[in-house]
Amino acid sequence: MSQSYNRGTVEDFGRWRDFSAGMWAWIFHKFTGWVLVGYLFTHIAVLSTAIQGEALYNGTLQGLEALLVVRFLEVGLLAVAVFHILNGLRLLFVDLGIGLEAQDKSFYASMVLTGAIVVASIPTFLGGKLV
Amino acid sequence: MSTIEQETETEETTDESAEPTVESPGERRRAEKQERAQAREDQRVDEEIDHSEETITLKVFRYDPEVEGKEEPRFDDFTVPFHKGMTVLDALIYSRDHYDSSLTFRHSCRQAVCGSDALFINGRQRLACKTQIADLDAGTIRIEPLPHQEVVKDLVVDMEHFYDQMEAVEPYFDADELPDDELEEQRQDRENREKIKMSTRCIWCGACMSSCNIAAGDNEYLGPAAINKAYRFAMDEREGEQRKQERLRIIEQEHGVWRCQTQFSCTEVCPKDIPLTEHIQELKREAVKNNLKFW
Repeated sequence: MSQSYNRGTVEDFGRWRDFSAGMWAWIFHKFTGWVLVGYLFTHIAVLSTAIQGEALYNGTLQGLEALLVVRFLEVGLLAVAVFHILNGLRLLFVDLGIGLEAQDKSFYASMVLTGAIVVASIPTFLGGKLV
Repeated sequence: MSTIEQETETEETTDESAEPTVESPGERRRAEKQERAQAREDQRVDEEIDHSEETITLKVFRYDPEVEGKEEPRFDDFTVPFHKGMTVLDALIYSRDHYDSSLTFRHSCRQAVCGSDALFINGRQRLACKTQIADLDAGTIRIEPLPHQEVVKDLVVDMEHFYDQMEAVEPYFDADELPDDELEEQRQDRENREKIKMSTRCIWCGACMSSCNIAAGDNEYLGPAAINKAYRFAMDEREGEQRKQERLRIIEQEHGVWRCQTQFSCTEVCPKDIPLTEHIQELKREAVKNNLKFW
């Protein structure tokens, strides 16, 4: 055996079409987790304008809410947070050893529920008048 | 045949026919048997020809670092006549025997017991001998060596690392106390046997390890098969508390059970349907309980 051939990373994410439910759940959980960590920083940054006084805080928030893209980002944030929560519950059950045979179904259920909640939230987020 | 005729003629006392036949009863039976076998064979060949209109195409990964012109990985196509009940391994054997004798793959028992022919078939780790071609929906069957293991040649991968991980959990029965009489059986009660039943089914094929995303990125991770092996012995009540503690010490290390992130890939691909994730999770809980000791 002189050498052997390594096929590289194409074996991993190059094969996303073949991923099963558990794998997708893991990817989405990681992704949403990182998004939430990222959001935490902007969240702190925006809220900390309150240190500089009422006017700046209100001005910042109103300014942000006036942007359509922020409204859409809020919907996205809700989707990410809801999925992370629901899949987190699923993982809790997995850790407790409950219903491991139904782990794919519980993943689909959390996806569907996330979708429903996001759709229901759209009027709230996008309905208000852009000032 | 004709040489026996003369010798057996003298023994022909039971023959009811008046004229002396040159054929002995044994001879006749053999002839009839041969005729029947011939008829069966003819029928089989006919059937094969009938069916050969239905063919399948194999797309097989080829790579041979030792032969010039074959160092570059490529895919070879083989057209194989399909017959009912044909497995992927049958098709591979057909290709090797009829088209290219250099096509290399491991196989042995052909009945999902030896665990040597785990391959990456149509994007999933499967045992070639257990995979019915009829069950694969795609017309073309793509056959590759197991991912995340280095390819030695064609479909043969280096299993050394997998075996190392398996050995790392000390996969053998080792009781704290042995019975005084050497021949005395060490009995296990039924419930305990049921508990470890699925985990004993492992055939060391390496499909789970190959499917595991974590094992791919962390070479030190024991992997599903090894942890399942550890489960099989740690949960065996006959081994005793002391041995169980030692086993838990091995699996609760940083690259032991805690690396599992419950992607369920291993459980999905296991050809013996071992609930690997469930076993890993149970060992995690066992390790936590063992270290907390609130009770």
